[in-house]
Amino acid sequence: MNHSVSITVNGVSHRDEVEPRLLLVHYVRETLGLTGTKVGCDTGQCGACTVLMDGQAVKACMVLAVQADGSQLTTIEGLAENGKLHPLQEAFWEKHGLQCGYCTPGMILTACHLLERNPNPTEAQIRHGLEGNLCRCTGYQNIVAAVKEAGKRMRA
Amino acid sequence: MAARIFGSGIKRREDPRLLTGQAKYTDDLALPRMAHLAVVRSPYAHAKIKSIRTKKASQMLGVLGVFTGKDMVEAGFRPIPCAWVVPNSETKTPPYPPIATDVVRYVGNAVAIVVGTDRYRARDAADAVEVDYEPLSVVVDAFKATQEGAPQLHADVPKNICFHWKVSGGDVEAAFKSADVVVKERIVNQRLIPNAMEPRAALAQYAPATGKVTLWATTQNPHIARFLLSLDTGTPEHKIRVIAPEVGGGFGSKIPHYPEDSMVIFAAKRLNVPVKWTETRSENYRGTIHGRDHLQEVELAAKKDGKIVGLRGKVWANLGAYLSTASTGIPTILHGLMLSGVYDIANIHEDVWGVFTNTTPVDAYRGAGRPEATFLVERLVDMLAAKLKRDPAELRKKNFIPPFEDGHTVATGIVYDTGNYAGAFEKALKIADYTGLRKKQAEKRNKEEYLGIGISTYAEICGLGPSQVAGAVGFGGGLWESAIVRFHPSGKVQVFVGISPHGQGEETTFAQIVASELGVSVDDVEILHGDTDQTPMGWGTYGSRSTAVGSGALMGAIGKIKEKAKTLTAHLLEAAAEDIDYADGKFFVRGSPEKAKTIQDMALMANVAWNMPKDLEPGLEASAFFDPPNFVYPFGAHIAVVAVDAETGEVRLERYIAVDDCGKVINPMIVEGQIHGGIVQGIGQALWERAVYDESGQLLTGSMTDYAVPKADFFPNFELAMTETPTKVNPLGVKGIGETGTIASTPAVYNAVLDALSPLGVKTIDMPLTPERVWRAIREARR
Repeated sequence: MNHSVSITVNGVSHRDEVEPRLLLVHYVRETLGLTGTKVGCDTGQCGACTVLMDGQAVKACMVLAVQADGSQLTTIEGLAENGKLHPLQEAFWEKHGLQCGYCTPGMILTACHLLERNPNPTEAQIRHGLEGNLCRCTGYQNIVAAVKEAGKRMRA
Repeated sequence: MAARIFGSGIKRREDPRLLTGQAKYTDDLALPRMAHLAVVRSPYAHAKIKSIRTKKASQMLGVLGVFTGKDMVEAGFRPIPCAWVVPNSETKTPPYPPIATDVVRYVGNAVAIVVGTDRYRARDAADAVEVDYEPLSVVVDAFKATQEGAPQLHADVPKNICFHWKVSGGDVEAAFKSADVVVKERIVNQRLIPNAMEPRAALAQYAPATGKVTLWATTQNPHIARFLLSLDTGTPEHKIRVIAPEVGGGFGSKIPHYPEDSMVIFAAKRLNVPVKWTETRSENYRGTIHGRDHLQEVELAAKKDGKIVGLRGKVWANLGAYLSTASTGIPTILHGLMLSGVYDIANIHEDVWGVFTNTTPVDAYRGAGRPEATFLVERLVDMLAAKLKRDPAELRKKNFIPPFEDGHTVATGIVYDTGNYAGAFEKALKIADYTGLRKKQAEKRNKEEYLGIGISTYAEICGLGPSQVAGAVGFGGGLWESAIVRFHPSGKVQVFVGISPHGQGEETTFAQIVASELGVSVDDVEILHGDTDQTPMGWGTYGSRSTAVGSGALMGAIGKIKEKAKTLTAHLLEAAAEDIDYADGKFFVRGSPEKAKTIQDMALMANVAWNMPKDLEPGLEASAFFDPPNFVYPFGAHIAVVAVDAETGEVRLERYIAVDDCGKVINPMIVEGQIHGGIVQGIGQALWERAVYDESGQLLTGSMTDYAVPKADFFPNFELAMTETPTKVNPLGVKGIGETGTIASTPAVYNAVLDALSPLGVKTIDMPLTPERVWRAIREARR
């Protein structure tokens, strides 16, 4: 039996009938067509599907759409404001914090939450904070540099 | 401006779409009426299929069809072709059916497919397909598979030996007889899982009226995919369009033509709806190729002064259950020919047996054959240093091939292009403060603290490669590249290339080349790739070849554009073409730069063609192909510094120094990024990564929970530097940089850990050097 959910995504409210087993990541990608959120694994390790749910970074493959009923989501599509890139997006671009780009949306949203909690993290804290997000291309060094740089700009 | 853009670390133009979620990867695509395909996979590593019951599944809600291998055979689909058959090796190529019909040979082997209206329903129905298996005995180890009485995978492949290949140079027997010292090692270069962050996916659409098949797929080489699909799907090549949309990493795992590509085409034709298949990560671990998996018995012979005189070995290379697209070339050509490394070794011999086992097929994974060569050479050199009680740095210097600019032939028969191995090594030693590190190590040892310093000096073969050589070594294709440069009337440029980058940044670097050479703004250039109906034939992105080979084609097309613009300028300025000079986007009569025509002026005139010389065609567009005269051989020296906790076995990476030489650098930021990523993948092999099968052929590391992909907090910041030794193999003097980090870093870190443990008497540990293995080795040594 389907359930009705009301979820606000990037400031737009949606009401949909969903199967109870529908994963939030598939709701976002397939029901809403917001394909910026990626699926990289099926066990909650890779973090490619990370979105902000009521301000918290969550892995959308580990949440059912029905569990997100009533919540506010931010996906990678909702991060730039009026065409102006978020400081994290700017910094990832400048520091070459991405190559194939597949882990990038999840990585940026995790970093967003990280900087929210700790606006001035040390490099070790950044590396620790990104532990739940895997990247196979960059070797992480430039991602860490990007998060550090974004933090600096967001504090300014 | 123009002169500066080449060699400058400008930001990548690929990034805005990737950073904002606008990029479209294969699984992001949706077409009207699109259905989803799920694969029923064998839970047994080796079994006869006794029956497949599909009725229940086919009656389930939303199911459009359930098909077996027999259905595909009846529809004219043939086995997946193998594209590399190494000559002089008696290679056997048993059939690789896209869906098994009688026997399954590895866990994950497809036995049926289900097409449903959404991915959940397709999966539900796949689970309802009932297959009766009769289990057969299983072998997962390559060496064991060659022994008498081992389970036999394919009827016509005795002892499961797919091939026996040899490389020989000099007189290795005599060298070992004359040697004062010999060191021997048995090395397990363990099986790895590539783990591109984007799992594979394929979406096929069929247009009955035109007979055209369009396949969007996660491929590194859409033109090869089209060529191979024309051989096994029954659709002629010109009626297949392969599009590689955004591709989320490959590392070799997206080179092969996979069964699922054929399955979606079959289903789209049969059901007349677009059909998409997307693998789950756990499915990826079983259904996408693995890498490495060598058992090596190797030995190195030297004189007592440390001069290396010979290297020989035996290798059992695990190929998995079937031959994937390029699999036979990896442990042979790309491995055996590189056994001289950066050293002058006059006598080399290696026997390589390629062996079938009940495991996932093995093919190219970042480095592909070269890491397996570099690791064994660098390990043996360190062991020789230990045996002779020599410093491993000094021993390396004694044996380096001296600097060369015009080719150097090694015992395996290949000709390195250019190299200065001592130059890169000295730079690395200096950055590391090698002498200081050794001093610090000695002090720590006095306090029973275990600091290790590991060296890896490497050269690798890449920029694949001359097509004639490709043919001679049995590769079933060419290895040239192509480019079309097209000027539009307004002076803007589009470039169409045969390579298919997926993270390597050639949209940016190739625009930098065009801007530098033709004097247009880099923002006025667009690079297009990854669509067989829109781009010229090319062999794709792998083997660190896109820039090394692709830029040669681009430079050829640019040269033709310049020539045509010169002819046109001469006509308009009423001068002779040979009197026209070119500088920074301007054409002028020699000595009169004030009356110049810009490339944009010439683009406009050539496109409107109001005033053209008599024999000049309108338009400003050129196409070129480039087949390099040789491979390129980047090289470098990496130094790892580790601290090992002797109580827990834990290895902490303290420093990592990498000095690499890829010739001329187009974009240093991108080059550094490639090196960073490569280093981490190589360290992954040294310390954490390993695909594990149990005796029954179950993949115990079957999900990301169980397979250790490196994480951010395992690493310090790497210290990078470059030397620059241009190649003469291509016009820009560039070498590949995509794989160097992976090739160099595994032995650097391994050697560092063993160096740290040498006072404890630990001589060898199989990779990966997990805390448990290190702890056990220390405990054994202390007994």
